[in-house]
Amino acid sequence: MKPNDVILQSVTKVAVVIIFTFSIYLFMNGHHNPGGGFIGGLSTAAAVVLLYLAFDIEKVRENIRIDFKKLAALGVLIAVCTGLGGVLFGEEFLTQAFGYKELPIFGKTELTSALIFDTGVALAVIGTAVNIILSISEDR
Amino acid sequence: MEIVIAIVIGILVTIGTYLLLSRQLLRIVFGSSLISHAVNLLIITSGGLKKGNAPLLGEGKIGFTDALPQALILTAIVINFAVTAFVLVLSYRSFKANGTDDMEKLRGNEHE
Amino acid sequence: MNNLLIMPVIIPLIVGMVLIIFHKNIVLQRALSLFALFLSGFIAFVMMNQVREKGIQTLQLGGWEAPFGISFVGDMFSVLLVLTTCIVSSCCLIFAFRSIGEKNEKLYFYPLFLFLIVGVNGSFLTGDLFNLYVFFEVFLLASYVLITLGGGKKQLRESLKYVFINIVSSAFFLIGVAYLYSITGTLNLAHLSFRIAEAGQDGLITTIALLFLIVFSLKAGLLLFFWLPGSYSVPPTAIAAIFAALLTKVGIYSIFRMFTLVFYHEPQITHLMIGILAAVTMLLGAAGATGYMDVRKILTYNVVISVGFIVAGLVTMTEAGITGSIYYLIHDMIIKALVFLIGGTIILITGTSDLREMSGLIRRHPQLGWIFFIGTLSMVGIPPLSGFLGKVFITQGTFETGYYWLGGIGLLASIFILLSMIKLFMNAFWGETILSEDEEKGSIRGLLFPIALLLVVSLALGIGAEGIQAYIAQATEQLLNPSLYIEAVLK
Repeated sequence: MKPNDVILQSVTKVAVVIIFTFSIYLFMNGHHNPGGGFIGGLSTAAAVVLLYLAFDIEKVRENIRIDFKKLAALGVLIAVCTGLGGVLFGEEFLTQAFGYKELPIFGKTELTSALIFDTGVALAVIGTAVNIILSISEDR
Repeated sequence: MEIVIAIVIGILVTIGTYLLLSRQLLRIVFGSSLISHAVNLLIITSGGLKKGNAPLLGEGKIGFTDALPQALILTAIVINFAVTAFVLVLSYRSFKANGTDDMEKLRGNEHE
Repeated sequence: MNNLLIMPVIIPLIVGMVLIIFHKNIVLQRALSLFALFLSGFIAFVMMNQVREKGIQTLQLGGWEAPFGISFVGDMFSVLLVLTTCIVSSCCLIFAFRSIGEKNEKLYFYPLFLFLIVGVNGSFLTGDLFNLYVFFEVFLLASYVLITLGGGKKQLRESLKYVFINIVSSAFFLIGVAYLYSITGTLNLAHLSFRIAEAGQDGLITTIALLFLIVFSLKAGLLLFFWLPGSYSVPPTAIAAIFAALLTKVGIYSIFRMFTLVFYHEPQITHLMIGILAAVTMLLGAAGATGYMDVRKILTYNVVISVGFIVAGLVTMTEAGITGSIYYLIHDMIIKALVFLIGGTIILITGTSDLREMSGLIRRHPQLGWIFFIGTLSMVGIPPLSGFLGKVFITQGTFETGYYWLGGIGLLASIFILLSMIKLFMNAFWGETILSEDEEKGSIRGLLFPIALLLVVSLALGIGAEGIQAYIAQATEQLLNPSLYIEAVLK
């Protein structure tokens, strides 16, 4: 018998969008305030897991065609390579840089190399967390 | 406050040890997880428990907490999370393969 | 500042991550992982010469000054170990090409292998206690997965014990870190050493030192080795060899680092304790090695004996003892990989690990037999092979400082090593050939090359001991003078 999860599915459709938005906010907020790649990544992963819960794993897999193992690996690669950026300029490994720039819509914006690093962290966290949940729930 | 936390740590370690010494795999996993949580509490206490501001330096704020233990337990929690997840899957696979979750039966013998 | 220091950690990490993305292309996996190890080895070699010329090299990650940021420190001891790690792991990797099987290769064997190297190299190079914990966890997690690779019944069963033991010891590690932080307020090894030297090592700190001794003894297999024979005998040969060569050695390295750099003020308590542990370990290991009739059990108990022997050199805290330990540590990493690979090959040929069911392999496999024989002689310490100098120096150190019992037990243990290894040799290689060519369970084609390579390295270490004498002497000097380390890090 197929369980009736209409309510869960309808709520998920709305909630996932909110969670994704909030996680992006958390992620961007992280440089000066509480937040950052780790928490942003975790909340994104929570949204993805919610999708898996509400709909079938197969169904979500059809629509989100991302191999989360590779996503995690890519995230770590980005993070490590950002660290190597410092080495290229003759600084210590993991040295960060930042600057201010006038952008069209945002106005004066602070651009940091830590943001790229954090993107890597976020991707790694999303990949790992989703992967862990998937491999625990997988039953053959 | 530190004393309360110390007692809590003690209780957690006691329960964790009890669970670790039991025979069911799942209990052992919970036990190891509890012990790790107790250790995380210990680390956060090691920096001193202070009331006050977030561990971010700003103008005019004094009495901020020590940020290092927080960074340490964040790392420790993540590692613990990964290890616990791995052990759960491992225990499950071992249960499927060996047909038992009783450590006494998973002992193995000399000649095989 | 020397960015080369991070490279032996970063290169395998990056390559490992790339390999996860391309995990179906086996040729690429093999080529890239071997390339990563060679490159790290080359960098370690360059670093070795830099340390030789300019003294201890440091790197403050992110440009944060020493006690506040994470330091990477390369003194001669750690750089030598990183170099040896890269050499030994390359040989095990070449062995794995032929022996690990395509199924395992697709199950992320190469990335995991590289992560193991990341953790081991990182543990050798880091100058921060918590960072050491993190790198421990990195190689432990990799080893958890490697030990279960393939997922046989027995593997799953033994790996559970291995994992739980290590979770508990990691918890103890963190407890030690927390206590140490609350007392000294720092976790940078150099700063810790400085502060403890300043404030004196009181009873509380000595207790914490013993807590760390428990943690690292568990990892190194010093007395607390009861998990070791079970878990080292279940994984595939190449993995068992790399475990035997590297994992216990990281524990030994940590004991050396902590008890020469940080907790060196109360040797009559801590170092005597280590001495007793070492002696008991050697005796129990000798009993195990001579008692069992199983190839892998004999070899794992030999790992245990050598752990006790290496640590015995630390107890003396003299130039001779430490020099001997470093020699023997490097020798042991190479030779343990060698004998484990040979043991695995024997099991592959005969299809059993029981000594009573094999005989006369030397007729069909003379090279294998004689390499094993030379390896045995080297383990026992016959000059001019690589085990000789280590044994001489450690024994000299123990006798100089009046630890006659420790030196005596060390020599006694050597005899038992000889006994157990000759037992293995006589049973497996000597005697009547009972397996014809068709009856052999597996082909050893391509497996002899990495084994021979390790033998060459071992021989070079023994015969060319004169050449690396200067490097080892510098490593000893840096270990015995914590001030050199502190000055290099804190400036």
